[in-house]
Amino acid sequence: MRVNFTVNGRQQEADDVWEGESLLYVLRERLGLPGSKNACEQGECGSCTVRLDGVPVCSCLVAAGQVEGREVVTVEGLADFAKQRAEHGGCATGACGTPGGSGTSLDEAKQWAAKGHDSQTGEGGELSSIQQAFIDAGAVQCGFCTPGLLVAADEMLERTPNPTDADIREALSGNLCRCTGYEKIMDAVRLAAARQSEAV
Amino acid sequence: MDFLRPASWEEALAAKAEHPTAVPIAGGTDVMVEINFDHRRPEYLLDLNRIGELSEWEVGEESVRLGASVPYTRIMENLRGELPGLALASHTVASPQIRNRGGVGGNLGTASPAGDAHPALLAAGAEVEVESVRGSRLIPIDEFYTGVKRNALAADELIRAVHIKKADGPQQYSKVGTRNAMVIAVCAFGLALHPETRTVRTGIGSAAPTPVRAKAAEEFLSAALEEGGFWDNGKIITPSVAKQFADLCSAACNPIDDVRGTASYRRHAVGIMARRTLTWTWESYRGTAASTEGVA
Repeated sequence: MRVNFTVNGRQQEADDVWEGESLLYVLRERLGLPGSKNACEQGECGSCTVRLDGVPVCSCLVAAGQVEGREVVTVEGLADFAKQRAEHGGCATGACGTPGGSGTSLDEAKQWAAKGHDSQTGEGGELSSIQQAFIDAGAVQCGFCTPGLLVAADEMLERTPNPTDADIREALSGNLCRCTGYEKIMDAVRLAAARQSEAV
Repeated sequence: MDFLRPASWEEALAAKAEHPTAVPIAGGTDVMVEINFDHRRPEYLLDLNRIGELSEWEVGEESVRLGASVPYTRIMENLRGELPGLALASHTVASPQIRNRGGVGGNLGTASPAGDAHPALLAAGAEVEVESVRGSRLIPIDEFYTGVKRNALAADELIRAVHIKKADGPQQYSKVGTRNAMVIAVCAFGLALHPETRTVRTGIGSAAPTPVRAKAAEEFLSAALEEGGFWDNGKIITPSVAKQFADLCSAACNPIDDVRGTASYRRHAVGIMARRTLTWTWESYRGTAASTEGVA
């Protein structure tokens, strides 16, 4: 079957999709976006976390056919997404808190496309503040859990600009890191939050 | 495999009638795992995401009509007052990502004895609204679970909503696992005080082939509370009453040994959770009762 949906602000079309296929497989194998990682395939590890209409989900547990007409943000589009959010204030898709709020999404998508950023690979784009904080805090070891953590952490900072440690731990409780790097990851999120509140 | 995408509830019922083997998928947190691991190859997947009403809820006079696909996140955020037990249970489900997708309809459809919502539904009192092209019916929660991962649904029926009684007293939920997040219950326990009817209801998860109530324990406790005038005098529950209640809850279990825990551990832990949740709810009831008296 064919699936049409928006990925990182651009309309995409995936062909020959098997009906039992996951969104993760479509992103990685059909659209060439390997940023979302494939690890447990059962929603335990969070490595494949993406935003679906603004909501963080495990893309391995979303059936491809379920995203028809919907909006997905992957780690590849995170920098652009965060930039849009900073410029518009609040949520970049307008979907936070109001599931299915796709009223402004097409306009947003057009804006993104017009800017000439290569949001499909992230090349040529700046890093989002959470990405920069992960680098600065040394929160990346093998890097496999990083994309999922970035998407989850970015969404938490959108909702909770001044998180407590408990907020951070809860928001990231569905993302496993096997390099035992949680302390650095906590540092990174705290750093991003601090920089965010300084910037305001 | 065919992917069916009904745009309305009526279309979904028609599709399910035409293809009774179709597997409904909403949050996908159970179904997709089975497909990813090649444990299941359904002929048809019936996507329910397009049916907006399944993600809505209505708060009525006596109960909440909770759409089958309302994500656990929404229950935690919006229904803590009306459905405190279910809101607590929802918060123990897996991780934020899973709670953003999964809902009570899927928990009921899968009917795993370890499903997190079940003890809370049993304790609060609930009815499952199911429908087919033949018509609609309400199945009392006590009659819904029929075996390990089996429920009372007919092949052509879909779960539309759950009608859960609004709390008329304190409710608690407790779950044993190796960490707070991302854990399947070793066992779980839900308790609801119902001061209006002066009754107590329980729910036990993961300690029998199906989620069950500890009916003998409920009857014992309700009688003991009545006899001692506890509902009116708001006294501390006698330790011997709490102990007997806990023992009867343990006795209601029919657990197995498996990778997550042994049968004897489960029985023991259910007793502990029963005593603790009784203390928590009763302390909360006494607090409320005291402040009500103060106002009067």
